[in-house]
Amino acid sequence: METFNVFEKIFGLNFLSALISVILPLVFLIIYALIAILGELKISAWIQERLGPMRTGPYGILQPLAEVVKLIQKEDIVPAGANRLLFNLAPYVIFAGSFAGFAVIPFSAAFVPAEINIGLFYVFAVGAFAVIGIVMGGWASNNKYSLLGAMRSASQMISYEIPGALVILSAAVLANSLDMQKITTLQDGGFWNWFLFGGPGNWTKIWIIPFTLLLSLIYMIASLAETNRTPFDIPEGESELVAGYHTEYSGMKFAMFFFAEYSNMFIVAAILTVVFLGGWTSPFGTFMGGFWWGIFWFILKAMFIVFIQIWLRWTLPRVRVDQLMYLGWKVLLPFSLVCFIVISLYRIIY
Amino acid sequence: MEVEDIYIKLKEKFGEAIIDLVNNPPSDPFINVSPEKLFDICLELRDNPEFDFDYLMCLSGLDYVDNLQVVYHIYSMKKKHKIVLKVTVPKENPKVPSIERIWRSADWHEREAYDLFGIIFEGHHNLIRILLPYDWEGYPLRKDYKEPEFYHGIRVPY
Amino acid sequence: MTTTKFVDIDFSKIDSDRMRLNVGPQHPSTHGVLRLEVELDGEVVTNVIPHIGYLHRCFEKIAENMNYQQVIPYIDRMDYISSMNNELPYVMAVEKLLGIKVPEKVEYIRVIMCELNRIANHQIAIATFGLDAGAFTPFLYLFRDREYILWIFEKATGGRLLFNYFWVGGLANDVYPTFKEDVLNIVKQVRKTNKEIEELLIYNKIFIDRTANVGILPADVAINYGCSGPVLRGSGVPFDLRKAEPYSIYDRFDFEIPVGKGEVGTVGDCWDRNIVRMREMEQSCRIIEQAIEQMPDTGDVQSAIPKKVRPPKGEIYFRCENPKGELGFYVVSDGKDKPYRVKGRAPSFVNLSVLPEISRGYLFADLIVILGSIDIVLGEIDR
Repeated sequence: METFNVFEKIFGLNFLSALISVILPLVFLIIYALIAILGELKISAWIQERLGPMRTGPYGILQPLAEVVKLIQKEDIVPAGANRLLFNLAPYVIFAGSFAGFAVIPFSAAFVPAEINIGLFYVFAVGAFAVIGIVMGGWASNNKYSLLGAMRSASQMISYEIPGALVILSAAVLANSLDMQKITTLQDGGFWNWFLFGGPGNWTKIWIIPFTLLLSLIYMIASLAETNRTPFDIPEGESELVAGYHTEYSGMKFAMFFFAEYSNMFIVAAILTVVFLGGWTSPFGTFMGGFWWGIFWFILKAMFIVFIQIWLRWTLPRVRVDQLMYLGWKVLLPFSLVCFIVISLYRIIY
Repeated sequence: MEVEDIYIKLKEKFGEAIIDLVNNPPSDPFINVSPEKLFDICLELRDNPEFDFDYLMCLSGLDYVDNLQVVYHIYSMKKKHKIVLKVTVPKENPKVPSIERIWRSADWHEREAYDLFGIIFEGHHNLIRILLPYDWEGYPLRKDYKEPEFYHGIRVPY
Repeated sequence: MTTTKFVDIDFSKIDSDRMRLNVGPQHPSTHGVLRLEVELDGEVVTNVIPHIGYLHRCFEKIAENMNYQQVIPYIDRMDYISSMNNELPYVMAVEKLLGIKVPEKVEYIRVIMCELNRIANHQIAIATFGLDAGAFTPFLYLFRDREYILWIFEKATGGRLLFNYFWVGGLANDVYPTFKEDVLNIVKQVRKTNKEIEELLIYNKIFIDRTANVGILPADVAINYGCSGPVLRGSGVPFDLRKAEPYSIYDRFDFEIPVGKGEVGTVGDCWDRNIVRMREMEQSCRIIEQAIEQMPDTGDVQSAIPKKVRPPKGEIYFRCENPKGELGFYVVSDGKDKPYRVKGRAPSFVNLSVLPEISRGYLFADLIVILGSIDIVLGEIDR
């Protein structure tokens, strides 16, 4: 099989290339997380007519570094009566779950850390890992707020995986593949080939454009719920549950939760980018295409989705548990089912 | 309705239980009533459509050295008239019937008066301290109140 | 090895279907140091028991040891976000006992200050209510506007939060020369932001879903519980002391009493209580504009201040429309220069007592919203 991993091509399939393939996304994740934290601070400040952090470095750009240093210095507290093993393990389980998702994300035409042909399925499978970590942490904290938050989170994430999975399924039907690299290459050649606009094909695709648009919207909403972002941040809704499942965590363990949240945000943004926005392909056909531009386009598109997530967080209030369930089961699920059926029919007919 | 009319009407109905009407401006006029009949008087004030007092504005305790007083400020939303009732009880046995069942706003007010004056409202469903800690001793707003030296090993005055 | 037994409980007797959750005294949305003992069945609230008194200073005992003027700073600290409105009923009660008539200019300045403070208070109430529902941005918009009002207070009185500005018989000092222009600018700014807030928060679909049909307080229950202010008016009762018993010079102004009509839900729900505050801000703006127009330019604000405040023997209960409801002071004088008894009838204290009644059967997230819609200040509840 032809490999897309440039390091395997150079070094061959050995330990060194595997190590680089692991470390590179990790480094990227850390840099991205710092930028996203700064983005969160600055975008919220911009929306709220504030300045945001201004003291650390020029325009406060070193603020995320300062926060990380602060978190490292903090005392690591394990509450009395907590289950030590599970309590200590939970943040790493969550982080591992979200980091594992990076394995199959095609950053560019020439770089996918691990090339497997069921990439989309894999991302979904390891994404569900986070639920275990959250319930673990929430239960082990021996705190009622944590427990409530964890329970809410579990029900929320499991519920919203179903419309999300249906969206992915529709895309897989459309692309005839679960391979993320293949889905991306299919959409090459300009933005009109993106699955957001029905994917590649002749004029008959205009019948399904409304449905693909709807699907991407459904995935956007479901992904907000899966990453526990506003308006679906009820597991950690600070006005009710103080901080939800991570109430009792401090220091680096809290930082792990923090990193995991931002990493999850990037993963769902990456899936949305790959499936609907053409991944690393250039929106203008061959113009600005190629390996390096691929990385640029991919990160730009993913960051735009992350920006939308941040934007929504600072605009909308929080929904209630029952309204969240209502939206998930009675609105998103039927709509995604309808879209799935329509797209399947389209594939059969054309 | 003026206070005098209310006083006359109440006097007709309850006789001895309505003691007197005190009216010397600029003070608010008030009616002294005896504690035994207080509940019935309040019920009459609320349920008689002539009076229609549906709103208990304020309930305060008062300490006049040898006896305690409870003052009720009552208002009618519909008829826009108000009345002040006063009940005087001896300090040794400060028992007043609770009117919590008539106006629910009396619930917390009575608990507060119990908390700060030690007035016992008979028939209150949950007469416990409200502002002070549940195990506090003494009633601070009484004129002869002495601060305790220590509370759970913490020095109180400083 | 010995095993330690922490608690001696007969576990068979525990109601294992329900969870007891202590919300507070340290919790982001109890608006202070309130403790709610909440009994939860899953996420459904089956009972709420408020425990108050964490901020108790026994203001009433302190007041008995101060002379009449010295009580005012303590009254500021009752409802610390609308101090001007707090001072007014106390000052007017003592003035009534003394039989003092204050100059026209003082009355106008008092009304303007009270209405400005009402706007500031409602801004906080709406902001924190939005925060309870999870919307953070309107909070900062409203706080920015409140800052402008505080600047006026700071320039006029020297204090931003606790003023000690209204004295028995007058004011601490006259307002500064550009006061009128500043106030009119504020009115403009408040109206502009209110439009923004209505779009961003009040008519937001999620916000309506969260607050409409939640915590319904019927009118008769509200009256029986002694609720007042926006909580009572949200239930559709057009009762405002400024209209019902016009004190000061409120009978000279033309304004309306906004009431809850159940536009998006049922009459008396959280959304109605909130919209009443929103519309009251507009009415306050109208009162301020009229007052600025009518206010005399000249006059000595201290001409009626008595040398020694020693009211004759008597007692008085005077109530005013505080932003949170009916704030009354029961002042008993025994003819000395210290009050024999001062009792504050705090609106938040009475309004909070209705919380268990209206929050049973709703979800835990609703309880927070209901608590936010009542708009309490613990300094006033605990006194």
